[in-house]
Amino acid sequence: MEFRTYSSPHLPVSDSVPVMMQRVLLALLPGTICFTWLFGAGVIINLLLASITALVAEAAVLKLRKRPVTTLLDGSALLTGVLLALALPPLTPWWIPVVGSLFAIVIAKQLYGGLGYNPFNPAMAGYVVLLISFPLELTLWSAPGMHMGLVDSVIYAFTGSLPEQQTLDALTSATPMDSIKTRLGLSETLSEIQGSPLFGSFAGAGWEWINLWFLVGGLWLIKMRVIQWQIPVGMLLGLAGIAFVFHAFDPDTYSSPLFQVFSGAAMLGAFFIATDPVSACTTPRGRIYFGLGIGVLVYIIRTWGGYPDGVAFAVLLMNMAAPTIDHYTRPRVFGEKG
Amino acid sequence: MPPLLVLPLQQHIGEPAECLVQPGDQVYRGQPIARQVGDISAGLHAPTSGTVLAIEDRPVAHPSGLQAPCIVIETDGEDRGGKTATRVDYHDLPLDELCDRIRAAGIVGLGGAGFPTQVKLGCNARPIKLLIINAVECEPYIACDNRLVQERAAEVIEGVRILQYIVQPTECIIAIEDGMSAAESALQAELASGNDTGISLTRVPEIYPSGGERQLIKVLTGEEVPSQGFPADIGMICQNVGTTAAVYNAVIKQQPLVSRIVTVTGEGVAQPQNFEALIGTPVSQLIAAAGGYNAHVDRLLIGGPMMGYAVANDDIPVTKTMNCILAVTRDEMPAPPPAEPCIRCSKCTDACPADLLPQQLYWYARSNNLDAAQDYNLFDCIECGCCAYVCPSHIPLVQYYRHAKAEIWSREQQTRASDFARQRHEARLERLERIKQERAARMAKKKQALAGEDDSGASKKAAIQAALDRVKRKKEQSHVTAKNTENLTAEQQQLIDAADKRRRESSTQSADD
Repeated sequence: MEFRTYSSPHLPVSDSVPVMMQRVLLALLPGTICFTWLFGAGVIINLLLASITALVAEAAVLKLRKRPVTTLLDGSALLTGVLLALALPPLTPWWIPVVGSLFAIVIAKQLYGGLGYNPFNPAMAGYVVLLISFPLELTLWSAPGMHMGLVDSVIYAFTGSLPEQQTLDALTSATPMDSIKTRLGLSETLSEIQGSPLFGSFAGAGWEWINLWFLVGGLWLIKMRVIQWQIPVGMLLGLAGIAFVFHAFDPDTYSSPLFQVFSGAAMLGAFFIATDPVSACTTPRGRIYFGLGIGVLVYIIRTWGGYPDGVAFAVLLMNMAAPTIDHYTRPRVFGEKG
Repeated sequence: MPPLLVLPLQQHIGEPAECLVQPGDQVYRGQPIARQVGDISAGLHAPTSGTVLAIEDRPVAHPSGLQAPCIVIETDGEDRGGKTATRVDYHDLPLDELCDRIRAAGIVGLGGAGFPTQVKLGCNARPIKLLIINAVECEPYIACDNRLVQERAAEVIEGVRILQYIVQPTECIIAIEDGMSAAESALQAELASGNDTGISLTRVPEIYPSGGERQLIKVLTGEEVPSQGFPADIGMICQNVGTTAAVYNAVIKQQPLVSRIVTVTGEGVAQPQNFEALIGTPVSQLIAAAGGYNAHVDRLLIGGPMMGYAVANDDIPVTKTMNCILAVTRDEMPAPPPAEPCIRCSKCTDACPADLLPQQLYWYARSNNLDAAQDYNLFDCIECGCCAYVCPSHIPLVQYYRHAKAEIWSREQQTRASDFARQRHEARLERLERIKQERAARMAKKKQALAGEDDSGASKKAAIQAALDRVKRKKEQSHVTAKNTENLTAEQQQLIDAADKRRRESSTQSADD
């Protein structure tokens, strides 16, 4: 009798990349629903455009590279598109998610060798390209809860024409972080600024809820062991820690740690973007430093930088540092003298 | 009783044993049929009586289906033993005798590694503070140690006492798994019946790979065996519970190691069970005894599902280290899905019991950067398979590490061989140089001797000269004497001339003749 032979271990595999990606997408769902609820159909349009572009671009490049197009089913390209879309403002024109997604997949991911080989987070690379190239289109945020219907949104996204008696100025609104930045420049105190209706019970109105839901999804991911705790904890600690120091020093100029971690893309970044395994640190200790670094950089960019939020830049900067951090944070091997 | 027993000469770590029998020899149960070679080696004994049929290469349990030299015994079914030994109290035996009995019985670590037991015991070479008896199964599915403890608690405990007596540890722990309550109560009952001091029973959680020596020591004591070191380095010895029972048999009954408990299981076999099998029993025979294969059997594994290796054929013998035979169906253990690119998720790092960075090892092994792989402690990898099990990209990581290790070994072997060749070459050059120098020295000596002869030549010349002078002087003297003949008388002259004439005539006559 002849038997088949394989290398050990023989137990059936416990996990797979598509399953991991599906879980990440699932974990994004609560935050995404909340985001859509507050900012309208524009979010859905962005999601669809970015995802479809990502999938088409990935398939095209795989075909050009003569790789099996079935690799598409691992879900990584879809996730890149979704993460990029979640970073975009709802009133942005249709070509913004398309261009961003194309850059993310073709340049930032596939040109480096595809899944597993990209040194930078593709979604953030795509976002930063858009942010630098089209700064105006990336400020088109509406006030939470003040959005157009589905049909109007589609017409606007593809033609740029608004419904009658509607102006872009009336629709758009500064984000809480924008308003802090500009109004601090007008030498208002933080408590005055936070008295405006843009702010909610503990962070930006609406934004606090989006962040909360992303936090819930992220905690579930940790529980399911799709991501490890070190990067999110490191990043939130880094952000909250430095915010605490400055807030304690001057609460009129520097917002509270709570505000910081529930604002902008903090939670999305901590649990879904910084944890992209391919471009992050891989050693347990390294992941903590990686997260801390992102947190501190986010604060620095938010507070003193030229942009209202800094998650994308912080993640890309730490991506650069990841191999070096890995090199210096090798764990002590079992039985080795500490 | 299987009709044929096949005993590979190498069933342990170290040098293969040297065969002591010839084809056609009659052997009795327990007769030594191969002896140990060197310190790290173990002998073999006939598991039953019969005739040596052949000493030849046979397929053995090996991942590559290799053949190895084996002694093939045709059993006669009589199971004749040699002389029956009298039972002894081991306290009466000197330590050397105890170690010698363990060595003579060919006992090796029955947990799977097969390291010769007497070497591990070190026989009091080092002070030992903790003796651990390992009854924790190596892997899921395997149940041979559990079974053994349940059925032979008395032998196990007695074996522990013997080991305790040999090693003299300050503490002795028998480690069992959480799920082994029947075994636990059997051991407890046995311990309660004696008045033992310093033997305690500890449960450890059923987490793979707690059955590994290093992992078990860490679980029990929190201490880590030094990387590349041995438990004895931190004053500990760990022995498998099966080994302990074998020690009992060797010391008390003077029976060598000729059988072991083997788990035969998996969904591919009709009636999974544990067997006490003679060493050398064909695996096919054990499968038949377990009711044969099911229709859907797909793979045959020797060892457990995590570290065991798949064999292509069941015509291989049970060895001292074979703890499990696992016949599995495709549903139970499907073929591994194709490997996908590593997404650097580091699940392997979190799973690794040796705290290695499997992902980095993988990159280095893959790119054949063997120095870097060694720098990342490749040789601390115990090949437990945890990393490959959790890998979402299904990369056969362990295979990469094995390959890298084998590559490094062969490279080291080559280095050694070339070092040896270089040393030989250098030695030859040195020898040639030495010979040349010696020859030169000899020549110089000779030359010197010749130079010395030159001096004596001068004296010779002088001597010759002196001699010549003497002769000359003598000649002169004789000349002087001859001068006396010049003044001859005419008569004398006539006589002389006549004599000369006669002489001339006679000489011409003789010339004419």
